[in-house]
Amino acid sequence: MTATAIAARAPTFLEEVIARTPGESHLERCIQCGTCGGSCPSGADMEHTPRGLFALINAGLRELVLRSNAPWYCVSCYYCTVRCPQQIHITDVMYTLKRMAIDEGYYTESTARDAPEFSKTFIDFVESNGRSFELGLATAYHLRHRPLNAVGMVPMAVGMLRRGRMDLVPTRIKGIKQLQAILKRAKELGGAK
Amino acid sequence: MRYGYYPGCSLERSAAAYHQSAMAVVQTLGIDLVEIDDWNCCGATEYFSINLLPAYALVARNLALAQDQGISNQLVAPCSACFLNLTKTDRYMMESSKLAADVNEALAAGGLHYTPGTVRVRHLLEVIVNDVGYDAVAARVSKPLTGLRVAAYYGCLIVRPGYGGIFDDPEHPTALDKLMRVLGAEVVDFPLRAQCCGGHMTQISQEVAFEMIRRLLKNAADYEADVIVTVCPMCQLNLDAYQPNVNQFFGTDYTIPVLYFTQLMGLAFGASPIELGIGKEFVDARPALDKIGVALPLTEAPRRPERPKEALPMPRMEEE
Repeated sequence: MTATAIAARAPTFLEEVIARTPGESHLERCIQCGTCGGSCPSGADMEHTPRGLFALINAGLRELVLRSNAPWYCVSCYYCTVRCPQQIHITDVMYTLKRMAIDEGYYTESTARDAPEFSKTFIDFVESNGRSFELGLATAYHLRHRPLNAVGMVPMAVGMLRRGRMDLVPTRIKGIKQLQAILKRAKELGGAK
Repeated sequence: MRYGYYPGCSLERSAAAYHQSAMAVVQTLGIDLVEIDDWNCCGATEYFSINLLPAYALVARNLALAQDQGISNQLVAPCSACFLNLTKTDRYMMESSKLAADVNEALAAGGLHYTPGTVRVRHLLEVIVNDVGYDAVAARVSKPLTGLRVAAYYGCLIVRPGYGGIFDDPEHPTALDKLMRVLGAEVVDFPLRAQCCGGHMTQISQEVAFEMIRRLLKNAADYEADVIVTVCPMCQLNLDAYQPNVNQFFGTDYTIPVLYFTQLMGLAFGASPIELGIGKEFVDARPALDKIGVALPLTEAPRRPERPKEALPMPRMEEE
């Protein structure tokens, strides 16, 4: 196929995932050996192992991939990444799939649907203060998304407070306006990516 | 030896003991850690899941501050997640000129610029092991941890994937084992030393997270460790603060204290446990400290004695 012919057709799902992953992901090199799934500490609870997910990506089964809980159950331990015989940046690909699932609204059907909300709540505090805020995060996230679990979390939160391991109010950096200007510009630039 | 210091959000509060003990230890070792003024959160594992460019820009602001404040071209991060994000951002900005240009365009909105490769980010353990060295550490040991059985726990991000260069084996690291031996401790075999603590999974799926924590606790208990020693605030939090929840969930009864490597270094250098922030753990460290002749005073007022189980649920008057 000539270069013009490639440019003329719409990108495949595989090409999209590769394009949205920073650096050289090498995802196209996957040989389906399964080392990733065998190395994954949370693999047993994933609807698809990374290997399985990559086969689905190759087959263009977009919905199935973006609805899977697998990227959300990735704990970013990088075991698969260092073991992959093809040097695929698997953890980075998982992050890409999370972003695509959010953009396309599929994650709400996943069994891990709380995960993006946790990430978003975490980021909200960072964007308003420049620092993370555990008590605010725990309260906002658990009360909004998992009120039943919130009750179970209380002894732990009290324990953290009692040991002086949790702040009651967030810390705000001096340059919060500067940080917000940077993030705003980054969001404008990052737009579709 | 003078370095820039990026404590990260955890060390401000939930892992204040790590910060406190790190400061005590580096002072003894003659290392000067100068905190970057007005640093911000690294985004942990959350921002990269949501929005790519702001995630890099968030981290890059810290690199730009470190570069501009001229403390040192080396930046020390004691938290493994911060260490990962800082090294990852620097590495990918070096590899991709497009990413570097975009990140710098965002930074320009705040009057900043970062030249990739300018700041070398290092983990505190790596600095102690390589720049100070085992011999210099050994020379400072005044109260060896003789008889203390330690499970040296590395977790993930200090050894994987090595964005800042490979400092130890990604699957079978040994630096922390050697350091603990230099302190006089007995290092037990701990096959899961580089396995994941579950990270933020405690918030996403307790079933998944608790199983990951249980495996680590069981492994340390199987090898009869008195204490698990960590290099990361997330690992400490998961193994320590969730240990009671894990016990409840699986019907187990693990009571393995989880301390930072800097706390054990401080004890071996003769510092008091209070100076090192010991006593803020959920799982009591006193039985382990007893073995090395360190007494930890009670920091809290003694609680009212428990009512006997057979007592009727009646209100009772406080004794004057």
